[in-house]
Amino acid sequence: MLNAMVALSIIVIVVGVYFSVRKKINSVKVNNISNLLHRLRPETLRELILLLLILLVVIFFSIVIDHYLNARLFNRVSTSVAIIGILAIGQALVVLTRNIDLSVGAVVGFTAYFVGQQLSQNNEMTPLVAICMAIGIGALMGSFNGFLVAFCRIPAIIVTLGTMALFRTLLVEYSDAQTVLTVNLPQWLLELPRINVVSYEGLHFRLVVAVMCVVVILFHLILRYTSFGRKIYAVGSNPEAAANSGFQSRKIIFITFVMCGALAGLTGFMYLARFGNITVVAGSGLELKSVAAVVVGGINIFGGSGSIFGATLGAVMIDLLENSLIRWLQISEFWRDAMLGMLILCSVATDSVVMKRFRKYRLKKITQKEEKL
Amino acid sequence: MSIILKKLKSWEGFLVLILICTILVNSFNSEAFLTLNNQINVFELSVEKIIIALFMVFIILNAEIDLSVASMMGLSACALGVLVESGIPMIPALGLCLMIGALGGAFNGFWIAVFKLPSLVVTLAMLIGFRGLARVLVEDRSISVFPSWFEALGQQPFLGPFPLSLIIFLGCTVFVVFVLQYTAFGRYVYVIGNNQKVALYAGINVVRVQMYLFTAIGVISALAGILFAARLGAVRGDMGVSFELDIITIVLLGGISIFGGKGSIYGVILSILIVLYLRNGMSLMNVTGHIQTGVIGALLILSVLIPNLQKMIYDYSRQRRKRL
Repeated sequence: MLNAMVALSIIVIVVGVYFSVRKKINSVKVNNISNLLHRLRPETLRELILLLLILLVVIFFSIVIDHYLNARLFNRVSTSVAIIGILAIGQALVVLTRNIDLSVGAVVGFTAYFVGQQLSQNNEMTPLVAICMAIGIGALMGSFNGFLVAFCRIPAIIVTLGTMALFRTLLVEYSDAQTVLTVNLPQWLLELPRINVVSYEGLHFRLVVAVMCVVVILFHLILRYTSFGRKIYAVGSNPEAAANSGFQSRKIIFITFVMCGALAGLTGFMYLARFGNITVVAGSGLELKSVAAVVVGGINIFGGSGSIFGATLGAVMIDLLENSLIRWLQISEFWRDAMLGMLILCSVATDSVVMKRFRKYRLKKITQKEEKL
Repeated sequence: MSIILKKLKSWEGFLVLILICTILVNSFNSEAFLTLNNQINVFELSVEKIIIALFMVFIILNAEIDLSVASMMGLSACALGVLVESGIPMIPALGLCLMIGALGGAFNGFWIAVFKLPSLVVTLAMLIGFRGLARVLVEDRSISVFPSWFEALGQQPFLGPFPLSLIIFLGCTVFVVFVLQYTAFGRYVYVIGNNQKVALYAGINVVRVQMYLFTAIGVISALAGILFAARLGAVRGDMGVSFELDIITIVLLGGISIFGGKGSIYGVILSILIVLYLRNGMSLMNVTGHIQTGVIGALLILSVLIPNLQKMIYDYSRQRRKRL
């Protein structure tokens, strides 16, 4: 099992490197490692390193914990990544435009509670209506944030710190100190997290994970190949240049906040399906985890660089560490918050210190090569 | 007369008006509001927040932000609990706690000032990190092993009717006003907030000033944590969660610009009064704590929204006048 996974990951890394340098290999011969290094895009390199680190974490824990590496680990981690992963994609969109959204945790809590309550009062509601309701409420809350940030020119950190408190208050007032209980929820919702798309020898590929994969691929394509996606990067990397080129920066920022809210709404629905019992504190702390996933995944906090795959890998890394630390008996499980903080700090520090140097080095090499030609 | 009108048009004048309204509404709603006991109670119940808010003024004037203060409060309080529990006498334990605060603050400052990482992310990471360390120290217990004199300091009047924490707050206020208004260091803080490059070319040691500021706010957060522990008489891992909301609201409502370099300390003192009286008034009217938090959140947004709208309307009318 272990060997298979290690081999698989190595293959993935090699294929990744190959595909990212393939076009250049055809034109210029790759002689040595340094040549290969400066052919690689820095973002891709960052993601490959993260993948390697995830692999090392898995190997480390499989040595220190007995019976660690089995199908249940995959099932557990993948289901919880599905929740934090979708949230991280929304957060990534916002961070790419040089903003931040700290209210996503409250949005998840509110949508989970609201949809849960509607479903327990009205069991005949179809799944599609419930999902649309969750996404709609999330988008509404996101548009409130987006309006204040984009059109009233208030810094995102202030707006979302305020709405984090506001949305939570809204939830507490709306709930009237009641709890959504699993018994009142319709049967299809309770079965939803256990539906498998594919399963092989105990390895279950759940429906929620498939949903996350679809969202990841969809947003990756949007960011890569649509003009809207490129505009998000442009606004984030240089707002003045974007404004001078005639982009409607405010509209783009507004839309990213709405999308982030909508994805948080979808997360709220999945949160409801996974946990069933929803109290008023549901989803608190998720905002910090989503920022952590985005930053660990290599999205620059100053906006403009990073990819959706990176954010997803960041989410995987964080969830893997969390799920593993709980099972590691030598260390108190209370360490995981402290570890999360250090992880964020380390990744920001490496980004700004190491990656900056690497970018400069790469730029120098490329200009040298062009001068030779 | 015209001078008074001009003063009233400024942000501080606006704050004075709000403050008068709050006091009037509160004293109509409850007779207990204007008694000395209630006044002292108002300050005593959130003295930790307002002490930190005073020093947060420096950070935000510097165009930085510190989200980790509340977690640092929790960490120092928990460290105090653990140290006293393990048999270390009270006075050295207090000193060690302040040291932890200084170290934590300097750690933040190191990344922000030397490596120029964004303070938002560094302190967000430490918001999780310090809180995590606090949880590691006390896990899910609650420690209450403090000697009786320590608890008496936090809970009983120290000088006349005033508790010690209130006297510390008054001392801090005088200190902050003095440093910000009457020393070169205070001017440096404004210059760095206005334009860091200009400050650098003017020969100000930006790194050193920022290191001082972040170390100072670390120490003050640790002190606030100690005061909090003394007032409650027990420590827990989740002490002071989400205090940063109130702290940042007070500073921004006081007219300190989030972009740095603008605002005065007097506005902050007014906004401290406003926020405390609002909370107290709501408590006297039996409004729950959750709604109070929501109101503070709305206040935070409004405190930036109103000046922004003002500026937009001003710009718009000037453009129209130009066209005419």
